[in-house]
Amino acid sequence: MNSKKKLSGVYIALMLLFLYLPIFVLIVFSFNSTKGYSWTGFSLKWYQELFSNELILNSLKNTLIVAVIASVFATILGATAAIGVFSMKNKAVKGAIQNVTNLPLLSPEIVMGISLMLLFSFARMSGGFVSLIISHISFCVPSVFLSILPKLRQMNASLYEAALDLGCNPFQAFTKVVLPEIMPGIITGFLMAFTYSLDDFVISYFTAGNVQTLSITIYSMVKKRVSPEINALSTILFVVVLLVLLFTNVRSIKKETAKQKKMMRI
Amino acid sequence: MKLNAKWASYPYIIWMILFTIIPLFLIVYFAFTDASGAFTMANAEQAVKYIPALVKSISLAAIATILCLVFAYPFAFAMSRLSFAKQKMMSMLIMLPMWMNFLLRTYAWQTILEDNGVINTLLTGIGLSPLKLINTSGAVVLGMVYNYIPFMILPLYSVMTKIDKSVLEAANDLGAGFFSTFYRVVLPLSMPGIVSGTTMVFVPAVSTFVISGMLGGVNNYLIGDLIETQFLGNSYDLNCGSATSLLLMIVVLVTMAIFNHFSDEDAEEALV
Amino acid sequence: MNQNKKVIELKKIAKSFDGDQILKGIDLDIHEKEFLTLLGPSGCGKTTTLRIIGGFVTPDSGDVLFQGKRINNMPPYKRKVNTVFQKYALFPHLDVFENVAFGLRLVKTPEKEIVQRVREMLALVNLAGFESRRVDLLSGGQQQRVAIARALVNRPNVLLLDEPLGALDLKLRKEMQLELKKIQQRLGITFVYVTHDQEEALTMSDTVVVMNEGKIQQIGTPQDIYNEPVNAFTASFIGESNIVPGIMHKDYLVEFAGRNYECVDGGFAKDEPVDIVVRPEDVEIAKASSEFLCGKVTAVTFKGVHYEMRVDCNGTTWRVHSTDFTPVGADVGLRITPEDIHIMHRSDFGGEKG
Repeated sequence: MNSKKKLSGVYIALMLLFLYLPIFVLIVFSFNSTKGYSWTGFSLKWYQELFSNELILNSLKNTLIVAVIASVFATILGATAAIGVFSMKNKAVKGAIQNVTNLPLLSPEIVMGISLMLLFSFARMSGGFVSLIISHISFCVPSVFLSILPKLRQMNASLYEAALDLGCNPFQAFTKVVLPEIMPGIITGFLMAFTYSLDDFVISYFTAGNVQTLSITIYSMVKKRVSPEINALSTILFVVVLLVLLFTNVRSIKKETAKQKKMMRI
Repeated sequence: MKLNAKWASYPYIIWMILFTIIPLFLIVYFAFTDASGAFTMANAEQAVKYIPALVKSISLAAIATILCLVFAYPFAFAMSRLSFAKQKMMSMLIMLPMWMNFLLRTYAWQTILEDNGVINTLLTGIGLSPLKLINTSGAVVLGMVYNYIPFMILPLYSVMTKIDKSVLEAANDLGAGFFSTFYRVVLPLSMPGIVSGTTMVFVPAVSTFVISGMLGGVNNYLIGDLIETQFLGNSYDLNCGSATSLLLMIVVLVTMAIFNHFSDEDAEEALV
Repeated sequence: MNQNKKVIELKKIAKSFDGDQILKGIDLDIHEKEFLTLLGPSGCGKTTTLRIIGGFVTPDSGDVLFQGKRINNMPPYKRKVNTVFQKYALFPHLDVFENVAFGLRLVKTPEKEIVQRVREMLALVNLAGFESRRVDLLSGGQQQRVAIARALVNRPNVLLLDEPLGALDLKLRKEMQLELKKIQQRLGITFVYVTHDQEEALTMSDTVVVMNEGKIQQIGTPQDIYNEPVNAFTASFIGESNIVPGIMHKDYLVEFAGRNYECVDGGFAKDEPVDIVVRPEDVEIAKASSEFLCGKVTAVTFKGVHYEMRVDCNGTTWRVHSTDFTPVGADVGLRITPEDIHIMHRSDFGGEKG
């Protein structure tokens, strides 16, 4: 029994090593004083260069602008859609909407990217912020929709009626009862949309025109190979993501563990 | 009296028609027309010539998918048997690299595998001769496995947490040893996870152009690279590129249909 | 005591989880064809004991013997023991037939025999015709029956049942109790049954093992356990009782509630402090007089067959069951006959006094 546990522990550790080793290599060499892969001494040179690189800073700004606008839009569009579909009775229409929603999630990114590019060129629209934001909303909105719809389905069906019974008008019943109930889904959906948008490369690549996002800039830089500023950028992104995940997860883990322990006692 | 707000879904429906369905039909339209908009089969004929690249894409993606399955399966199982807090912690650790930009993760392997990269610097440092690592099919497969293995682990893990410990004990109790329990209980119960994990790895792997472009060099020109150069590169031809994409779509749809044939309705649950 | 051969013997079993000692030296013999119940409150170690017999838990110390042979480290799949799990643990990907056939397929039983034995078992548990049903669409009671058939089809020497009726409603539970007992008698297999429901234990068992805090409190027939509890814990756990402190002046004479009573027990030290147990149905309502312990009725509840009363005697509340109605506020005497006074050595367990 115990040796089995040890074996699986070793395996888990090896797998994590595989996942993290490349990232740690980047982090280590982001502090190297020269370009190559032999250690020549500690330096913050690449961080300085990174922060004086206009192109990178500008594309970071563009990425954030697109992500904020696209995720807010996608959240509104997805939330209203979920509510609308939830109150639909026609099963065939519901099924069709579900299938269309799955399309962007299941088809290859490159196909989504070129299909949108074709649309914009067909409509004689040149690539830029507008086409980029439209594209981002399009691939973000299905995940928002899918994170809210289950919350509506889990909701006690009598809640809305109870609110009406207690004197709310339909609008109040919605804002005071239904909305708080699905809020966790809306927040998850928003965060998913935001991170998808931040992280996207393929679809942006085909629809951004001359707008530089962080991913596009990185792509043009890594094509030239060995650019240690990218190491510095990776380190910073890794630390940011780590902090965000730690912050959001540790609290929920603590809560859940406490809940579980309580349940066990009962 | 129920919530009555059907109309709230109309903007979404219009959006999805405009920006998902119509663009997909445009691929078909462009694939069978020439630059002036007249019907032609020339693009399709041209696309057929790319079948070798397609075959290469399918085989590399298939190898990567199988490797992902082989390595992720025991990992997901071991993970699903940990304590609750450790499970949460592990899924966080799996997701963390996923959240880091995909280009940077691939770039990391580029720096490791390059001719004067980390491995070769180490090798020459201890007096060995350097190895040819980058610009090989192996490097492309490695890049695919590295980038997409979380997509295999997570659905497998989510079906495995649903396998109750007492079900495994029951199999043991009824006379099943380690292998019988695996073959007769764990494997069939994790089938939905295998199906969705496989599609989630295979689809992006078969259509990638970034991984092959960064790690594969000129000898590993995949279907994705072809499409990219036809849309944004030096062999600019939207019509021919559309035909090539159509070919890729057909491959993806056929593989998904094959896999869904093996699954039941539970598979969708694991996917979301 | 049971005259049949011993199938399973537990010798000085101890087990801890994360520093909590769950079992503190369990000695238990289980005989052929016996229906033995491990009874106790949750956390008393009864399920752990069962899992040690099943092979899912290895004891820290002590021995498990099966037909005289030590099997401490034998894995569950090699033991001639099968388990009916608490939440059934049916295989969700297999239909009813395949669930029951699972064990037979593993030992490569010929198809014809599998079909015959599975059919037989399903008939035994009243599920004939359910062969191709999906298990997750069955009711709780039906799932329970599949779990029993799945275990029994392998013809184990011992069947372990871990609170198998816990999830069923009262009426179904009663039916299943009788049915399980019938199956056990018909097949002549040893059943080891875990429950926290004392009524279930008394109804079904040949032998009841009362457990608390990792120790066996008492082993005996249901009648023994009910009529002659050896300590305050058993007395309070099995049925309702009045437990009051007393002093054993000498053999056959005990003092409690401020009065001397004749009794049928002996063998205690002179003036030893003891616990007295009197069952509510053994207390008789009489006219208030100096002959009896007297008190005032403070509450009366109609229970169908009898009235349940609370009688306050100098600040101690006595529970009394009587078929005759006595109004609240009435002064009554309580007649307690010598053979209804059960005397036990003091234990650290407080019990539900009065």
